[in-house]
Amino acid sequence: MGSRTYLTTAAHAGARTGVKPRARACARKASRVALAVVGAVGACGGERSDHGAGNALTLATTTTIEDSGLLSVLDSAFRASPPQVRLRVIVAGSGEVLALGRRRDVAVLLTHAPAAESAFVAAGFAAERRPLMYSEFVLVGPPSDPAGVRGERDAAAALRRISSARARFASRGDDSGTHQRELALWREAGIGVEPGRPPADWYAEIGQGMGETLRIASETEAYALTDRPTFLVLQSGLRLELLVEPDPPLWNRYAVLVVEGAANIEAARAFADWLASPAAQELIRSYGRARFGRSLFMPGVPETSPQHTGLQSEPEPESDPEPESEP
Amino acid sequence: MDVFLEAAREAARLLFSGDSYVRDILGLSLRVSGTAVLVGVLIGIPVGVAVGIGRFPGRQLVVALIHTGFALPPVVVGLFVYMLLSREGPAGALELLFTPTAMVLAQALLASPYVAGITLAAVQAVPSDVRLEARALGATRVQALWAHLREARLGLGAAVVAGFGAVLSEVGAVMMVGGNILGETRVMTTAIVLETRRGRYGTALALGLVLLAVAFTVNLILTRLQQGRQAAVWSTAGVERPWA
Repeated sequence: MGSRTYLTTAAHAGARTGVKPRARACARKASRVALAVVGAVGACGGERSDHGAGNALTLATTTTIEDSGLLSVLDSAFRASPPQVRLRVIVAGSGEVLALGRRRDVAVLLTHAPAAESAFVAAGFAAERRPLMYSEFVLVGPPSDPAGVRGERDAAAALRRISSARARFASRGDDSGTHQRELALWREAGIGVEPGRPPADWYAEIGQGMGETLRIASETEAYALTDRPTFLVLQSGLRLELLVEPDPPLWNRYAVLVVEGAANIEAARAFADWLASPAAQELIRSYGRARFGRSLFMPGVPETSPQHTGLQSEPEPESDPEPESEP
Repeated sequence: MDVFLEAAREAARLLFSGDSYVRDILGLSLRVSGTAVLVGVLIGIPVGVAVGIGRFPGRQLVVALIHTGFALPPVVVGLFVYMLLSREGPAGALELLFTPTAMVLAQALLASPYVAGITLAAVQAVPSDVRLEARALGATRVQALWAHLREARLGLGAAVVAGFGAVLSEVGAVMMVGGNILGETRVMTTAIVLETRRGRYGTALALGLVLLAVAFTVNLILTRLQQGRQAAVWSTAGVERPWA
């Protein structure tokens, strides 16, 4: 089971933060003496947390980067390199991540909502939006494919077919980057979908994260727009198939924002610089290959011209034509 | 069915193998919720006793307010504490956001109404004759109050148990103000949300069973403390026990 590997990794992470052998012995005793559970475990907990803000950096990330396991790989590598800063990771949707940034409660943001990121920069909360990596959006659906979209290359045409077949469609409905992209696709397809007002009973606004939306789509035999990494990670538990891989691809772009005026901003800048280094970019490129046979994310910015996929007319100030320091 | 069996087996393994990840988050869960209940008791019992025994104008309004506290959504309390402790908030300078202290604060706010509400019901259920008789027998006011509380102790125990259960199981507030940071603020409930989001339903379910098993152990201890010697007293006293 994958769970075991995860727990072991996490256990190592725990060991890294310095769980003392005494604590281990302490817990062993606790499991034997039921009556001591409260006191003993409480005491063990007390020894542990060394959350001195000293060389720790608070970072907020969109769910996919953390849930796919990529962030913990980047975290360990970054911790091992010179400034030896530890990351304190908070996971939320892009909207909430940006809100945490606006209140300067976190120093580094990893998001995938280009338009909102540009607004964040324009409002002076960050000096620049630094491209980090990208993945693709794909259309998934029930294996029976009632709307017959399998193999379609044009996402908008696929949506038109889903709509005319009145096949169920599960929308994030949470104003996330993925949701924005989906709405833009419906516009392109010439079908009026307004958030908060489902156009018909076959269209469901879930109002939750990607994982929950996919789970609901799987249970109700619905189609859904998803980013490829999330689908790959969750695929084994879902009765959904990858049906439409748009060509040219619908890029899903991730960026790094360093929050002006947040605590420990030097470390934040160091982390952002490090993410652009060849070593980090190679980690991103190779992540997931062993498990899924392909990269989950590609570092930098997509090679193809963004016009074709720029469905939401993102006023992206791609102020960095040279993708940082790509290898 | 296999899913549930597998989860139960995994739960047993996690509980007895001393998996350090689970032990850490379980320890933090108990530490945070335990401290929060302690604070909740320090606030809730005096308030509950005062409102339960006292007679003052607007008392019913206060009782209704305390009972409304039972319906406080954890995520709203979390949002409130977050806005308070955020760097841009009034208490931002304390730098408590995303620490266990912030989690204790939020959970204490959630626990207090439970403790106060059940305390006041327990105190009110004891006939006020107890205090009058004690006074008649020459007890001071404080001694009389003590006698009254002794009669209500089963209910006071129930207040603590209810408050503990309410905060140990909540996720909205600790997620918001703690941030679910690995090794710092991750507790059982936020870890369960994380595993669910990752699609590892089996592990999530196993963690849930571990939490329940530990809650059961804690409640067994509390119940022994609460019911142990008192059972005999009550059976002879012949007083109503609405909470039993």
